[in-house]
This record gives sequence, C-alpha cells and structure tokens, in this order.
Amino acid sequence: MTLKRKDLLSIRELEPEEILLILDTADSMKEIGSREIKKVPALRGKTVINLFYEASTRTRTSFEIAGKWLSADVINIASTVSSVTKGESLLDTGKTLQAMRPDVVIIRHPAPGAPKLLADRLQAAIINAGDGAHEHPTQALLDLFTIRERLGRLDGLKVAIVGDISHSRVARSNIQAMRKVGIDVRLAGPSTLLPRFSEQLGARVTTDVEAAIADADVIMMLRIQRERQGPTLLPSLREYSRLFGLTVERLKKAKDGVLIMHPGPLNRGVEIAPDVADGPYSLILDQVTNGLAIRMALLYLLTGGHATER
Amino acid sequence: MIDPASGLDDILDVVVEEGQVLQVGRVERKKNEKPANEDRVIDATGKIVTPGLIDMHVHLREPGREDEETIASGTAAAARGGFTAICCMPNTEPVNDTASVTEYIREQAEKVGRVHVFPIGCISREQKGQELTEIGDLMAAGCVGLSDDGKPVMNGELMRRAMEYATMFDLPLLPHCEDLALSAEGVMHEGRVSTELGLQGIPSPAEAVMVGRDILLSEYTGAHVHICHVSTAESTRLIRDAKARGVRVSGEATPHHLILTDEAVRGFHTNAKMNPPLRSPEDVATLREALIDGTIEVIATDHAPHAHAEKEMEFDYAPFGIIGLETALGLMLTEFYHTGLLTLPMIVARMAANPARILKLKHKGTLAPGADADITIIDPDREWIVEERDMQSKSKNSPFIGWKLKGQAVMTIVAGRVVWETP
Repeated sequence: MTLKRKDLLSIRELEPEEILLILDTADSMKEIGSREIKKVPALRGKTVINLFYEASTRTRTSFEIAGKWLSADVINIASTVSSVTKGESLLDTGKTLQAMRPDVVIIRHPAPGAPKLLADRLQAAIINAGDGAHEHPTQALLDLFTIRERLGRLDGLKVAIVGDISHSRVARSNIQAMRKVGIDVRLAGPSTLLPRFSEQLGARVTTDVEAAIADADVIMMLRIQRERQGPTLLPSLREYSRLFGLTVERLKKAKDGVLIMHPGPLNRGVEIAPDVADGPYSLILDQVTNGLAIRMALLYLLTGGHATER
Repeated sequence: MIDPASGLDDILDVVVEEGQVLQVGRVERKKNEKPANEDRVIDATGKIVTPGLIDMHVHLREPGREDEETIASGTAAAARGGFTAICCMPNTEPVNDTASVTEYIREQAEKVGRVHVFPIGCISREQKGQELTEIGDLMAAGCVGLSDDGKPVMNGELMRRAMEYATMFDLPLLPHCEDLALSAEGVMHEGRVSTELGLQGIPSPAEAVMVGRDILLSEYTGAHVHICHVSTAESTRLIRDAKARGVRVSGEATPHHLILTDEAVRGFHTNAKMNPPLRSPEDVATLREALIDGTIEVIATDHAPHAHAEKEMEFDYAPFGIIGLETALGLMLTEFYHTGLLTLPMIVARMAANPARILKLKHKGTLAPGADADITIIDPDREWIVEERDMQSKSKNSPFIGWKLKGQAVMTIVAGRVVWETP
C-alpha cells in the first residue's frame, strides 16, 4: 500500500485507513532507532527542507533526525514572520525553494492554512508541522501511535483532552484523528478557552475537569500558552492551575493506571504537577521517541515508499 | 420598462433628449420609419429598461492605490455591471477628508469616468476618530454622505457630534459598524468553520453592538444613519425594530453576504475574506428575509479591489475585501429573481430608486420625465460565465469567478450616452 496523496496538511483530510497505514509503517520504522547504526538508505538522494517560521526544538529536531536516519539530505531554514509587508512572501520563498528541487518541504507557520498555500503551488510534498491554531497532524499521529503501542488498540478508548482547546492545533488534530479511529473524546478547560462552537469538533465539552477524566483511559494535558492569550482570557495561572492542573490529588478521581500525555513543552506546576509528569503512567517521553518513527514513516510514504503489510 | 419610483412596469418607449428623459410612453411609428430628428433608436424588445443602477458603496482606490483600481477602471467596471452612478468611499491615500480631495475625485471622474461618481467624505480627520472633518466644505465640494468606512468610529462622543453636525446639512452618515475590541484580530466569522480552521473569529455582536449604538444616537440626534453592509441576524433585528419606532435608519446588504456563507472560507480562500466577514447560514437566511421585507432597502457591492499578490497570501495576512461591481446584478437576478424571491421592480428599487432617495440624488433613480437619462438595459435571461479576462476592474479578487449567472446588463447609458454595450 502507498499513501495516495502529495501532501500531509491536516488530519481532517485523511481517511481512517490512511491513518492506520501511517501507524503501521511507523511500527516497522521504530526499530531503526534501536540499532547501533541508525541509518537506512530509504531516502538516499532525497532532499528534505525544514522551513520553520516559529520557534521549535522538538518538532524540528524530530523531523531532522527522522530524515537523517533515512539517509535524506536535510536542510533547516529558520525564519521569522516579523513583517508581512517587508521581505519576501511565503509563496516567493516557496517558489525559490522549489527551484532547488526538494522532495519534501516541512513547514511550521503561525498562520492557519500556510502549508496549503505552498501545497497548492509547489511540486514538493508538503508536511504541515503546525499551522497556527489549525492543525499539527504529525503530533496527533504520534499520539495515536503511542496510545496504540501501550494499550494495543484504539477503537473504543476514552480520551480526555484538558486545557486551552481554542488555541490548540494539537487538540484540533487529535480530536479529528481520535474520532476517525473510534476513540471517544471529551474536552475540558475554562469556558474562555473552549471554542464557542466546539461541538463542531465532534467532542463533548465540559468545564469540569474531574468529570472529563473520570472514566478516561488517557488524559492529554495541553500546554497553557500564556504568550498566545491576552489578559482577558485567564485571570491568572495560579487560578488556572488550581481549577484545571493535573495533580496527584486530582488524578485519584481518574481510573487506576490512566495514561498521561502532554505534547510538550511542559509548564511544570501549571497544567501538570511534576510528580504526575514524571510518574509511572506518564507517556510524555515515549511520545517524543515515537515522533521519530511517525515522521520517518511519513517521509518514506510521501516520497513514494510502500508500506509493508502488518 | 420598470421604474419603481413612478410605479411603472409596462411595455413603453423612453425618449431621451439632451441627457434627460423627455417622455415615457408609447411612441407610435410605422414599420421601418426612421424619424429624422432621432440620433439613435435602441430596440430593447425582450429586455428590461430601468433607471440606471446606483452603487452606494465602492472603493475606487484613486488617489493612492492606482495599481489596484483607478477612477477610469472602476467606473468602467461599474458601467459593465449596469451601474450609472457610484459612491466612492473615502479611505484612499490621502483619505477624502478635505474639499480638495473631493474636488480632485470629482474632476478626475469628470475627465475619465464612464459613470457618475459621488464621493463620500470622512467623518473624522484622517479617519482617526478624533476630530470632525469640515463637513460643510465636504458637502459643498460634492460629498453626498459621510463615513469612516473601514475605520469604524469607536469614539461614541465623536459619532454623536458628527450626527448632530450633519443634521445641519441633512447629510446621511454611512457607518461601518464594528466594535474593534470585540472583533480583535479576527479574520473570519466566529462560528463552526472558524473553530474548525483555527482562524481567529469575528463574533457577530462585534457588528450588532455598533449598529445598536448608532441607532440610539440617530434616535437621539435625528440624523439619518445608513448602516453599511449589514451581515448579521442581530443587526437586521435592530434595524427592523428601529424602523418600526420611526428612527431615520436604513441599511444595505452586499450580494456576497446574501449569497455566500462562512463555508466559502474552507480551503483558506482569501477571496472569501472580507469585513464584515461571510456569516453563518442562519445569518444569511435572516438577511435575505430582511432584504425581501424591505428592512434592508439597498443592495450595494462594497467593491474592494486588491492586488493579486496581496491576496495570494496566508489567510491571516491577506487584506479584507472583494470586487463586486461586475457581478452584483447577475448574482441578484440569478439568486433572487430567477428563484422567485424578488421581483424585478423590487430589485430595481433596491439598486436604483432607494439609493437615490437615501442619498438625495436629484433626478436619479427614476425615469420620470425630467430625470437624468441614466438608463440600464437588462437582459434577465442572458446566461454568462464570470471570467477574469472580461473584468474591466483592474483587480480580479472575486470569489464568483467561474460562476454561471443568468441575467446581465447589456447596455448602460449615462446622460443619454451609451457607456457600455455587452459584446
């Protein structure tokens, strides 16, 4: 099987079978990371460009390592969108890069839809590494991969996503992805950070975090991004932490052995207590490791690679 | 011939002399007889002859952004669209806040314009919302209304004084109603689609709270307020209630707000980005009702040309606005006349008679004897496709390109001269 699309722009556009194809491919890729010599020739002679318009350590590094383990030539371009009127437009940058014949361009950008702008006009495969509050599809895929790896299944599970849903691309991608594979999603957060039309996202919504986590198999905490939120949305981090933070105490209201996830970077002591983040049921570092496998799988599939049957 | 202002809807001849309507009636004539004293006889059999259409809300971009539109190209687009008169909004560079800018626009329109141009002057100097403009001078120079379009007057006290001052001249105010604090950094309607796309939303109360403010101020001062590009259900409700109380308020809606919803933004299409934004299907349904029942009296385009490169951007960074002069009539005929929602006289009233009445344009919006010979001849059944290459406007930022429409102006006559004839 192959992935029959040029780009990966959103989870919304993926069929459930495509999601499973990517997860299955990642299964076979994961082993590469445990080898003594972490390199296979799958993408030899291919050029991958990391085009990042936002600060990022883990996602950019993850794509870079994934590309290098597959023997691709990986180039990083970091840019700032300091001025829209000055400087080169995104499309002109894209066309310039296209002239250098890359096979894959990975883009992170603060504006929703920016990856689509490139995808519509460039021949290279475009991977969305996060576009504003729209989507972060590789994060959702690695999250599904991590859950499946630990629990052995996806269908029928219950996941609570807690935090700033309004501004979160991780939430948007995960809600979509989880619904497509049969996971029941509930969202919790302060009413100012839940979208007014959140039922459109296909998930139940509550401001009662304990109700949301009560029967969950997995709790996914989101980062409170103070820099993205004006002072009208939250009175204080202290109050947020008291009402929504995941503490050992609050965790007692959840099922035994409930798994804890967080896309990082963590605000320790704000949305998640240190002893929860580092606790036995935390999958936070597994998420990072599995990100490599997912991104290897995507680079491979989008450059024409065939998945092996599982 | 349809002339709502005279209550006419009949098969009639219109005789024009010296740029004015001389006679409306049946001119009896033998077959093939060509009277010596007539320059030209236009056979409009099977077509609709109406008073020239008037668009109250156009951005001509000259002076300042002649790369996007000029008075010449904008009036050519108007002529093609069947408009014989347009009002140009003052947010040019420099803004139209002094008589000299108004005069420049009028002179330029006189020289190169294909249709009449009636400038709208600023409410505040430099559109900064701080000090009143010299409204008396603006009116003397030819402004027919006042607006800080695009830069809403947030200062309620200034708006109150502008209304009080404008009553001396009986000039209408044409506010763009938007509470900038509520719309914040929004780029599209706040609703289901914005939630899904992760785009910052503009909530519908951002418009309605200012419609409410301006209605209350109109009631308090007695000024005539014409609400620009109404887009939400709440706004139409406020206008309907105000009219019932006898407040001097009127309103306009654009074809795009009457036809498209926020669904058009999906795919991050920047030609679906305008301000006010395309709203929900519920808003569109309510706006349609208001247009049909007469709460909304005017159809205006908010023609807003933008350079191609500026629209080929990330959705967040693309400018607001679309062009509309060349598609408005075709869209209204296709979506409202051919569907049975509006009759032809109702459409002509909303596109000619009512704008002329609201702006107090003498001898316009009607074909009664003595009126200016501004005439639009419409073929309501002509099918055509909206194509970029046919556009007379310098800019092509329309979400309707490729649409198949039924009905079009086939001839536009200004002061007795043919300024557009569909090839």
